[in-house]
Amino acid sequence: MANKQFDVVVIGGGPGGYVAAIRAAQLGYAVACIESAAYADPKGEVRLGGTCLNVGCIPSKALLRSSELYAEADHAFEMHGISVSDLKVDVATMMRRKDNIVTQLTGGIRGLFKKNKVTLLSGRGSFVGRESELWQIAVAGKEVSEVVEARHVIVATGSVPRQLPGIPVDNDTICDNVGALALGAIPQRLGVIGAGVIGLELGSVWKRLGADVTILEAMPDFLAAADPAVAKEARKILTQKQGLKLNLGVKITGVKQGKKGVTVDYEMGDEVLKLECDKLIVSVGRVPSTQGLNAEAVGLKIDGRGCVEVDEHCLTNLENVWAIGDVVRGPMLAHKASEEGVMVAELIAGQAGHVNYDAIPWVIYTHPEIAWVGKTETQLKNDGVEYRVGQVPFLANGRALGQGDASGFVRILACAQTDRVLGVHIIGANASELIAEAVTAIEFGAVSEDIARICHAHPTLSEVMHEAALAVDKRALHF
Amino acid sequence: MLIEVKVPQLSESIAEATLVSWHKNVGDAVARDENLIDIETDKVVLELPAPSAGVLVEVLKGNGDSVISGELIARIDTEAKASAGASASATTAAPAAKAEAKVAPAKAAAAPANAGPAARKALAEKGIDAATVAGTGPGGRVTKADVLGTAAAPKAAAPAPSAPRAVPPAPTFAAALPQPAVVDTDALLADRPEQRVPMSRLRSRVAERLIQSQSQNAILTTFNEVNMAPVMELRKKYQDKFEKEHGVKLGFMSFFVKAAVAALKKFPILNASVDGSDIVYHGYFDIGIAVGSPRGLVVPIIRDADQLSLAQIEKKIAEFGAKAKDGKLSLEELTGGTFSISNGGVFGSMLSTPIINPPQSAILGIHATKERPVVENGQIVIRPINYLAMSYDHRIIDGREAVLGLVTMKEALEDPARLLLDI
Repeated sequence: MANKQFDVVVIGGGPGGYVAAIRAAQLGYAVACIESAAYADPKGEVRLGGTCLNVGCIPSKALLRSSELYAEADHAFEMHGISVSDLKVDVATMMRRKDNIVTQLTGGIRGLFKKNKVTLLSGRGSFVGRESELWQIAVAGKEVSEVVEARHVIVATGSVPRQLPGIPVDNDTICDNVGALALGAIPQRLGVIGAGVIGLELGSVWKRLGADVTILEAMPDFLAAADPAVAKEARKILTQKQGLKLNLGVKITGVKQGKKGVTVDYEMGDEVLKLECDKLIVSVGRVPSTQGLNAEAVGLKIDGRGCVEVDEHCLTNLENVWAIGDVVRGPMLAHKASEEGVMVAELIAGQAGHVNYDAIPWVIYTHPEIAWVGKTETQLKNDGVEYRVGQVPFLANGRALGQGDASGFVRILACAQTDRVLGVHIIGANASELIAEAVTAIEFGAVSEDIARICHAHPTLSEVMHEAALAVDKRALHF
Repeated sequence: MLIEVKVPQLSESIAEATLVSWHKNVGDAVARDENLIDIETDKVVLELPAPSAGVLVEVLKGNGDSVISGELIARIDTEAKASAGASASATTAAPAAKAEAKVAPAKAAAAPANAGPAARKALAEKGIDAATVAGTGPGGRVTKADVLGTAAAPKAAAPAPSAPRAVPPAPTFAAALPQPAVVDTDALLADRPEQRVPMSRLRSRVAERLIQSQSQNAILTTFNEVNMAPVMELRKKYQDKFEKEHGVKLGFMSFFVKAAVAALKKFPILNASVDGSDIVYHGYFDIGIAVGSPRGLVVPIIRDADQLSLAQIEKKIAEFGAKAKDGKLSLEELTGGTFSISNGGVFGSMLSTPIINPPQSAILGIHATKERPVVENGQIVIRPINYLAMSYDHRIIDGREAVLGLVTMKEALEDPARLLLDI
């Protein structure tokens, strides 16, 4: 039997891959998407959605909400005159709810594939070779293996957690993101190595549920990628108000797993310290996942950091082979991967395609949330750009006060000469939603006065964005 | 007092113009009637003189911006003093800073996204530079509709046959003429890069008209050869006297114009045009002469060529050449025409098939004069030969008239006395 032939084969069904597959199908191509059993359900059925849907963004947000509700009931209800007694957490129910959401969403993608006539191939995809314009891709399934052929291949294999030497992850006592989202009970003492997005979010979840959380971070600066003003505020809120223990500039010297937990030996400055915990989360970043792709066989170039090498259009060194998402350069963000997927599908169709990497929003789901888009103050200083700042706290906002959650601020950085919005940084409740306006503004090359002249509904949190825009020109009305 | 500087009334057929280059900066003193800026339409580059003396205090539209008739582009303060270094007055200095910022924004803001994401995609796909599109969004922002409008423009603008009384920049040697945008050849050779430059308004108009002509006319070309010896002799004999008398050199072009007029008089259909289902015969002879200019090919018109002497024609051509070089040809001089002459000979062309300038119906192509062996009275002799080519719209001109018309031109050139005697 001849090999199955497609116009486009996508390796990987995460937010980059499945979006690329759907978009290519919309454009009239015969498309297949290969997904391995990495996140298969208990029956062994492949689950689409990748890290994001299965063990990343979505389940963590489910737990985030659960833990927030608990924390509010525990601490915040009282000020509203609501008292609760006998407050309990049933972790199993909480996890079931999370799992149901994941199942619902991953199943939804299957439905979208059907609707768009994308063929789902279950198995691990790897390069075989190329014959007369057609790339051959092996699909190694659980039971059957086959080779399919395609004119275009999109590599969207994502990333895996970075491993630290000498710290064996078993996802029971020592966990990466996967295990940290599936703890069976609330640990009394939780250690987290790495104060990045994942460490902070999951540390926060378990902290809210009652764990005593200590985060160890190798870097001397907290949230170095964020705007310094936001990072400073976040550190204050997370440590002083919420009681996360945060140790920066730490050097881990050893991890010992005992019967009853884990001991982390570390040095901070000249001090030699020890952290005893019941569970340990290792969240020290992620690395591109190219293992098993058989890149060598076809000469697909991988760079020194393990990324598939691509140009600005996500084209690799091979003809008609593209790569998107976590497996290539740029931030490891689901929405960045999706954007690249759409771009590549449209480029294949001969359209213009472009991802504006200057307008990709970043979100950290701590509480309060942190979100930003564009340049940070540090970047602007390094670039020698003159800018004006408009910063307004949520404390000056009626809606925020009414909600009993008025921490944080909105900070707009605009070009001193042209007033163009260069960066918007938010720390506060719903920052993840509020940032959308700023992304739109930056995409449209708006100036801060544009935002200031747009009517914002009252009473909403979005008014703080409005005020911050006014504040750039020193004419805030409510602050 | 603040005086507004506005784009002058462009002709009816011209919707937009592009600001090519400001000669004055904000803060500069300007004298009345001093040239402020060059404005390029699809026919001509206009100079905009200052309406009054004063100081240019505000520039609202920068180089490359699209403007329409009557649009406000700058303000002149008749009472302000020119800014000179540190002594700049506050009124002039402030706008100066603003204008500078616009031209050279800070580093991070350097890539001006004056178009939204959808518009940017459309621009990229159509290869249009955002700067060439007149944005209708806030702050002149280019919207998707603006881009699609631009892209669809050639189609929409394709005029009914009667419309284009206006000038077709003529055709044939377009490729050989200087391109308006400079392409960096070194860079091209280095690493196989590609360089995208937007068509100037003039160039896109030329392109549009050429395609229109080829799709609407049944173009056929007839050829003949002319022994140029008699004209050359005449020229040699009288060159000095002619120049002394008229102050202009006696060139070949005037002979070609006269020879063409003689043929048009004999075969009026060659001087006619199509209007819908009618043929319009013109009782005048307005001959377009294709002239190369730094911005592309333009075709100024010698009006009533039949009533002009050879000297008058030569003077006119010299004047057009100088004006084209400086971009000073007026719309008036570029509009109309009943027949065209295109001279590829200046670039060394030996043969070519010119494209008709609608709504005209014929065009004469003249070429380089080269010595060629020809047979006269059974003997092979060497003669200076110019191959003539006349393209004509076969819809209204039959082969007979076209061929005989070209033969008439040939005979007039080979025996210039015929021009005197009207035979």
